Amino acid sequence: MDQEIIDKYQLVVGLEVHAQLLTQTKIFNSDENEYGALPNTNVGVITLGHPGTMPLLNENVMGQAVKMGLACSCSISEYNIFDRKNYFYPDLPKGYQITQDRTPICVGGRVVIYKKNGEEHAIQLNRIHVEEDAGKSIHLDGEADTLVDFNRAGVPLIEIVSEPDIRSSEEAHAFLMEVRKLVRYLDVCDGNMEEGSMRCDANISVMLKGAKEYGKKVEVKNMNSLKNVQRAIDHEFLRQVEALENGETIISETRTFNAQDGTTSGMRAKEELNDYRYFPDPDLSPFIVTEDWLNTIKANMPALPRELYNKYMTDYRLPAYDAQVLTESKEMAFYFEAVCAHTKNFKAASNIIMGPVKSYLNEHNLSITNLSIQPEQIAEIIALVDGNKLSFSVASQKLFPAMLEKPNQKAETLAEALHLLHDGDVASIETAVDAVLAEFPDKVAQYQKGKKGLLGMFMGQVKKKTQGKADPKITNELLIKKLG
Amino acid sequence: MKIDNKTLEGMAHLSRLNLDQKDVEELKKDMSEILDWVEKLDEVDTEGVAPLTTMSHEINAVREDKTKPHLSHEKALKNAPKKDSDYFRVPKVLD
Repeated sequence: MDQEIIDKYQLVVGLEVHAQLLTQTKIFNSDENEYGALPNTNVGVITLGHPGTMPLLNENVMGQAVKMGLACSCSISEYNIFDRKNYFYPDLPKGYQITQDRTPICVGGRVVIYKKNGEEHAIQLNRIHVEEDAGKSIHLDGEADTLVDFNRAGVPLIEIVSEPDIRSSEEAHAFLMEVRKLVRYLDVCDGNMEEGSMRCDANISVMLKGAKEYGKKVEVKNMNSLKNVQRAIDHEFLRQVEALENGETIISETRTFNAQDGTTSGMRAKEELNDYRYFPDPDLSPFIVTEDWLNTIKANMPALPRELYNKYMTDYRLPAYDAQVLTESKEMAFYFEAVCAHTKNFKAASNIIMGPVKSYLNEHNLSITNLSIQPEQIAEIIALVDGNKLSFSVASQKLFPAMLEKPNQKAETLAEALHLLHDGDVASIETAVDAVLAEFPDKVAQYQKGKKGLLGMFMGQVKKKTQGKADPKITNELLIKKLG
Repeated sequence: MKIDNKTLEGMAHLSRLNLDQKDVEELKKDMSEILDWVEKLDEVDTEGVAPLTTMSHEINAVREDKTKPHLSHEKALKNAPKKDSDYFRVPKVLD
């Protein structure tokens, strides 16, 4: 299709993100909430919807939902009831899913993403509500039956529903990255899209630019990675534009994403009558958010990535790139925070973490929580560099790897034992300087004729001769003096 | 309230029931009568009364997030009409 034609249209996307909460137990009973258990081993009578059983709300579920709501500046609903969403499916033993239709625990709010130019952009939320997950149906090729595992039935979810506020697939990607970062910082969900603990459905429509009304929306499911969400949106945008250009009408339908070829295809519209007949679940009593309870949650909120990002930019004067990388994960940010409790040279702390620390972790596929070197030891390294006892390159290339081997030693002790510290002994540096000058008589002559830029080359040679140990300040002074 | 054919078909679909055509007229009549009877409630003035969502007066009936013993795997599967050693088995439902 012609880019000119494509450019006439505006993409409009709203996302629904389901996040499985990191609780010990399910939302309405005490069965384990555990990923990867053997099939149908975390199932009790309530999970299986046996007659006469009554649900009882897990308080921690409401607390975790509220944490996410506070992080997204939502207003928290004081009065909460639960609704039954009725539909027939074998992975839903009761015949209904318990959800919050009328009184979502969190209303409104926003998720702030960053545009390419670093500008903040808020994606408005409609709501965050709690609900129960369904079981898992397994359809195997050549198998006459569908197999059902109810371990997941009743696992608590929050559903984060955005307004149709997203205008490109890149924005959708950034939104999901930010949501994932938030749930991980808050410890409410592990954010693993591949394992399905965080899932995303996208409502996608197109309209002519400047149009007042949105086009008919299509719901796309089955995208199990951030990349696939972006691919599905890109594909769906072009598909809808092409259909409209061909004079077709877009029908509201649910489509499934095929990861192999990046296309979407319509699911059979068997649920024409998608009438969920929501009504309040009479088995559950209202949940009232009290001020005390809310204040306790507020008091225990961890630092959020955006707060830390702004702090690193404003208070620590770090470049946006550093602030971004350091706040990517909570573990990284908290480690950096711990280093900064022991040093005031924030940029040096950032350089060490983003340089040797990060490349070591990447190389060995480790998390910073596995790092054997303690934050205060990183601060010790910085102090050595700042005190001019060690160059940054020797610190990162020699001292850091040595400390990984011997994490119990003080940085200075180890540097000394390995003869890494700058040699401040004028006599020995002088020997090295003399040797270098004797080695390059022609360069010395050029320098004396005015080619002062050669000083760096002499410095480098002395450094090489002394394995980087010669104190650069003394070396510099000696060279200038001797070269006249 | 009169139940028409479309409403009846819709309800049959939602209940996954196959209706026998010879029962349609009788079902429509019965269901209409049931609704007429319930409509009696419309006579009550509920202006300003919040909907009742539960029969209990309890609020914040919650439990701690702690696991408790539940059915064993074998017991959980025991009453299933069709199963194997791991799973409940149901007629294929893939679209």
